Amino acid sequence: MPSSALTAAHPLKDVTASDSALRRFLHGLPGVDAVGLEGRAASLGTRSIKTTAKAYAIDLAISMVDLTTLEGADTPGKVRALGAKAVKPDPTDRTTPSTAAVCVYPDMVAVAKEAVAGSGVKVASVATAFPAGRAPLTVKLADVREAVAAGADEIDMVIDRGAFLAGRYLKVYDEITAVKEACGTSARLKVIFETGELSTYDNIRRASWLGMLAGADFIKTSTGKVAVNATPANTLLMLEAVRDFRAQTGIQVGVKPAGGIRTSKDAVKFLVLVNETAGEDWLDNHWFRFGASSLLNDLLMQRQKLATGRYSGPDYVTVD
Amino acid sequence: MASVFAYAPAPESRAIVDIAPSYGLFIDGEFVEAADGKVFKTVSPSTEEVLSEIAQAGSEDVDRAVKAARRAFEKWSALPGSERAKYLFRIARIIQERSRELAVLETLDNGKPIKETRDADLPLVAAHFFYYAGWADKLDHAGFGANPRPLGVAGQVIPWNFPLLMLAWKIAPALATGNTVVLKPAETTPLSALFFADICRQAGLPKGVVNILPGYGDTGAALVAHPDVNKVAFTGSTAVGKEIARTVAGTRKKVTLELGGKGANIVFDDAPIDQAVEGIVNGIFFNQGQVCCAGSRLLVQESIQDELLDSLKRRLSTLRLGDPLDKNTDIGAINSEEQLTRITSLVEQGEAEGAERWSPACELPESGYWFAPTLFTNVTQAHRIARDEIFGPVLSVLTFRTPDEAVAKANNTPYGLSAGIWTEKGSRILAVANKLRAGVVWSNTFNKFDPTSPFGGYKESGFGREGGRHGLEAYLDV
Repeated sequence: MPSSALTAAHPLKDVTASDSALRRFLHGLPGVDAVGLEGRAASLGTRSIKTTAKAYAIDLAISMVDLTTLEGADTPGKVRALGAKAVKPDPTDRTTPSTAAVCVYPDMVAVAKEAVAGSGVKVASVATAFPAGRAPLTVKLADVREAVAAGADEIDMVIDRGAFLAGRYLKVYDEITAVKEACGTSARLKVIFETGELSTYDNIRRASWLGMLAGADFIKTSTGKVAVNATPANTLLMLEAVRDFRAQTGIQVGVKPAGGIRTSKDAVKFLVLVNETAGEDWLDNHWFRFGASSLLNDLLMQRQKLATGRYSGPDYVTVD
Repeated sequence: MASVFAYAPAPESRAIVDIAPSYGLFIDGEFVEAADGKVFKTVSPSTEEVLSEIAQAGSEDVDRAVKAARRAFEKWSALPGSERAKYLFRIARIIQERSRELAVLETLDNGKPIKETRDADLPLVAAHFFYYAGWADKLDHAGFGANPRPLGVAGQVIPWNFPLLMLAWKIAPALATGNTVVLKPAETTPLSALFFADICRQAGLPKGVVNILPGYGDTGAALVAHPDVNKVAFTGSTAVGKEIARTVAGTRKKVTLELGGKGANIVFDDAPIDQAVEGIVNGIFFNQGQVCCAGSRLLVQESIQDELLDSLKRRLSTLRLGDPLDKNTDIGAINSEEQLTRITSLVEQGEAEGAERWSPACELPESGYWFAPTLFTNVTQAHRIARDEIFGPVLSVLTFRTPDEAVAKANNTPYGLSAGIWTEKGSRILAVANKLRAGVVWSNTFNKFDPTSPFGGYKESGFGREGGRHGLEAYLDV
């Protein structure tokens, strides 16, 4: 029996006591009006971020990137190259910050760990039968333990969307707590909801709270492997959830939008969402991440533009 | 505001708009001096800078303008609807083409943020002209019988809170139905109406169809009282509206009045809280609360009062007040010193009566007219701030326990222009909306406008409807 992430003294301890208590709690959360949510996200998207604020935002965004390679064709060479880039994203400008982490499959953790050794860049691994999550719990836990044993600092787990959509919230909760336990004290746990498959904003809010109740250190929009990934609206909603969760429990949880964020302009819009929703306490890479691989090069090109006054081009940043 | 991620200034360039040092009256297609040579200055509320010197219309000018409109009426009303539509479509397109220029101009003259003029006012202004252009050749099918006739010369007086939008609400249906127009913009915001005069010339609109007479209340009074005006349309304060109603009583003039409001924004305990907070903010702080349909009374169900107020206060702390031309500004300047004095005095009364005042930490610019977003809690129906229209960024919070009590409190006002309902329960939206005595009831949103939707009030909020098919009726002899 996995131990709950919530201590006995926790104000929300009772809501996970049974399937029905958990359902009552999750369905008692305030509803989400889709039109209003998307309207708010769009209006924050019109913030005009210029000059010093833009320079700050670009550096901040670079430092929040989880540089990711999740391909069947990944090789140690590819992962080493990625690690080198994470440590020094722009070899021509040493003031460029490192990214937050490199994110790889479990079998590549050891290689990645070596590649970023001594740099402060974390190694994250997508365990738990990523991206479908359709494997027995024993397999998922083994996946996690292997990755942690190989030195992963962070585990990105996917939830069982089938169980969630069937209303079996306690099953999802128990899986997350089990994975959290497998992470031990050394690895932080990011819980991926695959929001595109959850389909409604009400579901996304419920999933966010479910993940946080179960002890997620981060809640993450998506795997990047489906049609709908991170959007300003679902990220705004998750930021509201972490903000409200901290207000109620005192526990701060991070947020990671993943997939589909490709340009600096997009990244800056997400930072505005963080700034004006959860607040400045979330404005660092311990509490906010971008799951995006092509984003980094655009950030680097924009950074070069700010430094030199000219646009460079794709050949002035490294391909990986 | 967060200090870590401080947004650098992002000002819209004012170079796009060329404001002349002085403007005349627009009569019979020409800019002319006032007959008695009087002028007044228009200032930018955010800086107190004088923008231009404007000719001030007197009764002789009113007479000239009404005569010009009368002459133009013969030809204009005889045009086929499809021809009038061409002019209106042309005006709509020119407004779109010049929208950035007009947005900057409106922000300079009115003090509201460029975000609002750019994203709300100007798109709606163009949309109104497009919408009524579409009606001009379909009046036979509008439900007022075959071949409905125009009234003649429309005398229109508009306020300073949405200068160009109110102009569009008045002029577009008037022209579409074949009337001609003499319009008096507010004395603090005459510039966009004068630019509109230029747009009429650019569109080749026949002379005299639209006449613009800047001036003060006496100019408006002379226009309303002019014996050759067939229709009076007014948007503004209830006090002036009553005066106009007295003036036209017993004459054959048709009149529509769109006056003050004290809109109730009702939040039930099952509301989508985060979106309700946005709706409350939009309801009362849009255009610094200088909106007749503002949701200035928040009625919140007692059981969620603390949670909602905490969220609301946190949200207000992220509002950005300052230079209206900055694209990131949420709250701009109050339109005039006079208006600022009125708001200040009403707020002081609220404090004196024992309501609890709260504002976010917020630095006000040194010059210009500014008022911080303000929240009053512990307000009761008996407080003056719960009854009088403040017309500023001031929200009064009241509570209720049952839907019946919410409806009773919402309706317990001399006004009846707007209301809002926030709940996730669809049947409650319908049940409550049916009981509210208000011209517009928004559910799970607030301050949304569309040219196809009629707008107007109950009780002291006036009578007649603007917008939509209903808006045609006020300009037709039906």
